[in-house]
Amino acid sequence: MTGRARPALSRRLGTWLLMAPALSWIGLLIVLPHAELAMLSLKAGSGAPQGGFSLAQYRTFFDEPEYWHTFVRTAWMSALATFLTLCFAFPVAWVIAKVAKGRAAAWLFLACMIPFWISETVRTLGWMILLRQSGVLPMLLTRIGLTAAPVELLYHDSTIMIGLIYTSMLFMIVPLVSSLQSLDDALIEAAYDLGASGPTVLRTIVIPHAAPGMTAGCIIVFMLTLGNYITPTLLGGKNSEWFTEQIYTQFITRFNWGQGAAFGFLLLALSTAMVLVGLRLSGQRFADVMGRG
Amino acid sequence: MQQADLTATSVVKRFGDHLAVDSISFEVARGSFFSILGPSGCGKTTLLRMIAGFLEPDQGEIAIGGLNMRAVPPNRRPVNMVFQQLALFPMMSVGENVAYGLARRGAGRAERAAKAAAMLERVGLAGAADKRVDQLSGGQRQRVAIARSLVLEPTLLLLDEPLGALDLKLREHMKIELKQLQAEFGTTFVYITHDQSEALVLSDRVGVMNRGRFEQIGSPQDLYYRPASAFVAGFVGDNNRIEGRAVAVDGATVTLETADGWRLHARRETAVAAGDAVEAFVRPEAATLARERAQLPPGQSVHEGVVDSLLFDGAKSAVLLRESRSRREIRIALPQTGQFADLRHGEAVFFSFDPERATCFAAAGRGGNGRG
Repeated sequence: MTGRARPALSRRLGTWLLMAPALSWIGLLIVLPHAELAMLSLKAGSGAPQGGFSLAQYRTFFDEPEYWHTFVRTAWMSALATFLTLCFAFPVAWVIAKVAKGRAAAWLFLACMIPFWISETVRTLGWMILLRQSGVLPMLLTRIGLTAAPVELLYHDSTIMIGLIYTSMLFMIVPLVSSLQSLDDALIEAAYDLGASGPTVLRTIVIPHAAPGMTAGCIIVFMLTLGNYITPTLLGGKNSEWFTEQIYTQFITRFNWGQGAAFGFLLLALSTAMVLVGLRLSGQRFADVMGRG
Repeated sequence: MQQADLTATSVVKRFGDHLAVDSISFEVARGSFFSILGPSGCGKTTLLRMIAGFLEPDQGEIAIGGLNMRAVPPNRRPVNMVFQQLALFPMMSVGENVAYGLARRGAGRAERAAKAAAMLERVGLAGAADKRVDQLSGGQRQRVAIARSLVLEPTLLLLDEPLGALDLKLREHMKIELKQLQAEFGTTFVYITHDQSEALVLSDRVGVMNRGRFEQIGSPQDLYYRPASAFVAGFVGDNNRIEGRAVAVDGATVTLETADGWRLHARRETAVAAGDAVEAFVRPEAATLARERAQLPPGQSVHEGVVDSLLFDGAKSAVLLRESRSRREIRIALPQTGQFADLRHGEAVFFSFDPERATCFAAAGRGGNGRG
């Protein structure tokens, strides 16, 4: 009996040991801090863990227009950035998956990846060198006579948008490429043969096939954009009004951990809600999307 | 000849240095079943894709239903194609698949549904419209793929080895079904295959393609009994190939001698002079087998052999034997009487054949064949 029990026991032990790193990662770095933050956000006092249960921190968010204005703006800008990233990434992914063959496809993929070997901060600073008033692009525009004097290209919403799209491209391209690669070329030819035009093939065959990859890419990009701090702050400056900055301010500048924690949870709720709405709208299931992407 | 639904005139297609289709011309009569038969890499798929419009010929013209197709894209051609892997749309139901082409022509929802349902009924899939494609069996998918094309009433239906993905039993069954479908709809079919049995069973006419050219275009019977080239003789149906030298030419009859001294007679199909390198082909069923010399038909040269193995395959049973002088392997079909069911390995037998039913071709001009 022990002879039979022991392999089963050791197998179970083995499974647990193999899962231990992942479980401790989730437990110690995700669940525990979030529980702590949840408790902080539900306390009345600011900073110190005294006082009883209270929703005051959340009430502040709704009472103060500045806060929820930033919140809505962040959500809207993130959604727009996600959509634009999809629009820009789709042709790139199409070329990598369907047009380029063999080595050319590998090189194109590498070209998309190279910027990500550098840290996001450095990349964003690169944009600043290009776009600031004394930077490369404004000088160039003045030199060729398009503008009388160098203009400030930083600190606009469109600058933030460019930075966000640039940062997110790869995360959209990867799932798109993999879902487009699995599309049989014969399906495209068959649709064409049956009388479909290019746009109709895209609408009726390509997009339905690539939908899980598109949804996966959008979820990833939306979450990354919503939680991005460096890009909006550096490229948008004071005008960026990004919600992560509000959280940063609460935690670091004001040392109001309770308020910061409440904001954090609101952002979490927002991203969860947007993802669920997105899945519902595109008729996808989360498991399918993540399995495909 | 009836009006041609498909006319190809000196069609050429090159890929780099490779001449995939080498100045091909042919016609396919309205309502007929035409097969393009050839080994892989012979250019038949390239030819089909040019007819469908996925490739443009470098030279030459393709006309469908009397209209020149140059620069007409696939979605504007009166041609539909059944793809090798069928290419049914997995994101759509069976009915939506069949209605896809109708929707592209701007047919209304009700009309589409009615036509698709009627077409599915005609191919024996009544009521399957709401099923998913992956709920169908291989044969049913095949029929959906054909229905999806035929519902558009094309002038020409192209089929690119559509039976290749099916298992043997189903393939045999679908062969018959395809022939019946074609007869019922009366649409002109152009069928591509490397399987000579499919081409022979299905077609009214077959073009045998090799290295970008047609070696012969004719009825299945023509190809089988009167092959125009050694390639056709070797490719269409089972055949025993014997190469050697023509030692005498008497009218149409050639006397061939192999390098090891075996002599046999065959009817020449191309110009052959004494001394030429030649190859002869003898069908397994053209030869008669006997245990005694006297049992063979009179007037034919008698050849001797030793039984190598008996290949029992019901009606297609045959014996493999070695000709005594040359040790060449010869395949001879066994009669249905079961007369030779007890042949043993090593047994000495006699065989003969009518020289009229053996074909002989000059071996020159075909690379990689003759050994001497």
